[in-house]
Amino acid sequence: MAQGDLGPPPRAPLWRRREVRAVLYQALLLGAILGLAAYLVANTLDNLAARSIRAGFDFLGQEAGFYIGESLIRFEASDTYLRAFVAGLLNTLRVAALGIVAATVLGTLIGIARLSHNWLLSRIATAYIEGMRNVPVLLQLFLWYSLITGLLPLASEALEIVPGVFLSKSGLTYPVPEAHPIHRWLLALLAIGAGAAALYVAGARRRQERSGRRPPLLWPCGAIIAAPAAAAFVLSGAPLALEMPEWRRFRYAGGDALTPEFLALLLGLGLYTAAFIAEVVRGGIQAVPAGQSEAARSLGLRRGLVLRLIVLPQALRVILPPLTSQYLNLTKNSSLAVAIGYPDLVSIANTSLNQTGQAIECIAIIMAVYLAISLTISALMNWYNRRIALVEH
Amino acid sequence: MRPLAAESGTHRPALPRVLVQARLWLWSNLFGSVGNTVLTLAAVAALAAIVPPVFTWTLSNAVWGAQPAAACAGIDGACWAFLHEKHRLILFGRYPFDEQWRPLAATALLIALLAASAIPQLWRRWLSAAWISGLLAGGALMWGGVFGLAAVPTKLWGGLPLTLMLSVVGIALAFPFALVLALGRRSTLPMFRAAAVAYIELIRGVPLISLLFMASFMLPLFLPGGVTVNELLRAQVAIALFTAAYLAEVIRGGLQGVPRGQYEAAQALGLGYWRAMAFVVLPQALRLVIPAMVNTFIGTFKDTSLVAIVSLTDLLLATRQAIADPLWRPYFLEGYVVIALIYFGFCFSMSRYSVFLERKLRTR
Repeated sequence: MAQGDLGPPPRAPLWRRREVRAVLYQALLLGAILGLAAYLVANTLDNLAARSIRAGFDFLGQEAGFYIGESLIRFEASDTYLRAFVAGLLNTLRVAALGIVAATVLGTLIGIARLSHNWLLSRIATAYIEGMRNVPVLLQLFLWYSLITGLLPLASEALEIVPGVFLSKSGLTYPVPEAHPIHRWLLALLAIGAGAAALYVAGARRRQERSGRRPPLLWPCGAIIAAPAAAAFVLSGAPLALEMPEWRRFRYAGGDALTPEFLALLLGLGLYTAAFIAEVVRGGIQAVPAGQSEAARSLGLRRGLVLRLIVLPQALRVILPPLTSQYLNLTKNSSLAVAIGYPDLVSIANTSLNQTGQAIECIAIIMAVYLAISLTISALMNWYNRRIALVEH
Repeated sequence: MRPLAAESGTHRPALPRVLVQARLWLWSNLFGSVGNTVLTLAAVAALAAIVPPVFTWTLSNAVWGAQPAAACAGIDGACWAFLHEKHRLILFGRYPFDEQWRPLAATALLIALLAASAIPQLWRRWLSAAWISGLLAGGALMWGGVFGLAAVPTKLWGGLPLTLMLSVVGIALAFPFALVLALGRRSTLPMFRAAAVAYIELIRGVPLISLLFMASFMLPLFLPGGVTVNELLRAQVAIALFTAAYLAEVIRGGLQGVPRGQYEAAQALGLGYWRAMAFVVLPQALRLVIPAMVNTFIGTFKDTSLVAIVSLTDLLLATRQAIADPLWRPYFLEGYVVIALIYFGFCFSMSRYSVFLERKLRTR
């Protein structure tokens, strides 16, 4: 039989065709999502009307009427809700930033200790890791908070850890340099120094590519970053003396203090996350094949250089993605501050929610802020990760 | 003298084999170099500073048994009398005192099911039947109102059974949803992919506490007027929705681990999408990620403690209520230490199990 006799191949009926089905299924999904959303919005509007709550973010302009225990910006009860939210966000960022630094340093040390050839040290590191990461972080926060407020002495009989630094039920009091107007500019000057250091690094890289010689990086960078701030500090004649806290009947005068809430949160988050970071660091170092450091040694590199030039850059590539997610976890876990009364974003939102009844708006603010933080950090880390990624041709 | 040493006169008399090995071990693990010796001594010093006080506090100076709070006043040790007094509150919350054998039985049932599921030889069809009947029996025990058991409203549930239930039911509810999300994220249809990615990234980007707040403050607004949802169920759903996003990423990892050839072979055999997934791809993908799913479960188990913030009396909040008693307030450390050990016991055994499983599945 000739092929032409068959005629055109029979086409599947319309509803069985792949393209048609794809469109159909997607339309159904979209319809379901929109339908659900419309249903929820309709219900919500009804409920809000019934409870005579006005939807919208107008309440942010109203007077908050509550106090905030500690804040990086000045905050009075007569300030607006918006300012309260900003204060809360700054408190979140403050504890998260310090927690990340503390957890990274401690976690790296413990991760290396776990790989140590010293049997006792590696066992202690393992015990720390297993003990910390198998107990809920909220329980650890409660424990630290209770220990600080329950077992430490009263402020009047504070423990003086080092001269001028006092630890008590009311937190950690420490000396600060005597006040001077230049202080508020130091941060900006440090930023300028950092910018100059970045330029220097770029220049050094170009020189290395041209000449093959490696210009020193660490010390010049440190000097360039610190120079503007240090020069301004000296030239302005700011006092070098420290302002020592002093016990005056009911409270400390002078110095600065960390509240027990902040301390508990920092300790809890830092120690908990350090256990996870330790595992990330261990995994990263173990992922570098032993042949790499052996080859570097046989090329005649010194032990320190082997670690810095060969092992760490390769380990960093493995470490970075999981490390980023640990940083994000720490930031998200800082929301547990609400349980021990540290005024972070979630606590402020919770208080505002209870006062105004604007549940949707307050929770939306929490979610939007955390989402923005998460997406920003992961975008930054992805960018950095692409830069250090292995380029294979 | 042993013959070996006798043969060569220059050798020192041989030490017994055990001692030689011990010396070698000490040398290579603790005292091989100056740095190593310093580390060892520092570690020993740290242990010497920490271990004895812990020992005296927990054991030698502790007050045991049924004693009044006054017996603990002024002692320099643990007041285990606190636990003697409060262990029922910590373990079962405010569940009616005379009925507490029921949450005990339900907890035992749940732990037995978990233990049985940990044995790969028992991964048979009847295990899911056992789970379904076990959960039904556990629910009947907790709720009551059948077989002559007095009804107990969920408001009174608490302690360890609540923690276990929130995590087990949470992951069970999350699993089918996570499966759909993972398949959606790998779908060729852009709308499905976008919806799955949006959900997963949204949930993973926000803290669990915001979902719990949403469940307790916003859900009532979402539902038609007059409809109320039980508080426990709300928290349970929030935990399940949260866990599903993480579990979906784990399952996606498994789906990516199945070689392309498997998908293609299934298609070549004429299997449609659902059959190819159900009979060829998913069984392999899920098997790959069982250890990772156990780790997700550990995370969920720890995360259930957050319900304490929205006032559900789980193990953590029950302990805080026990501590809140003015008579026993100074003994918070005892309470926290004991529930930390309970959490640790569950999580550590599960994480060891996950390591064991990974090894076992890899060698197969």
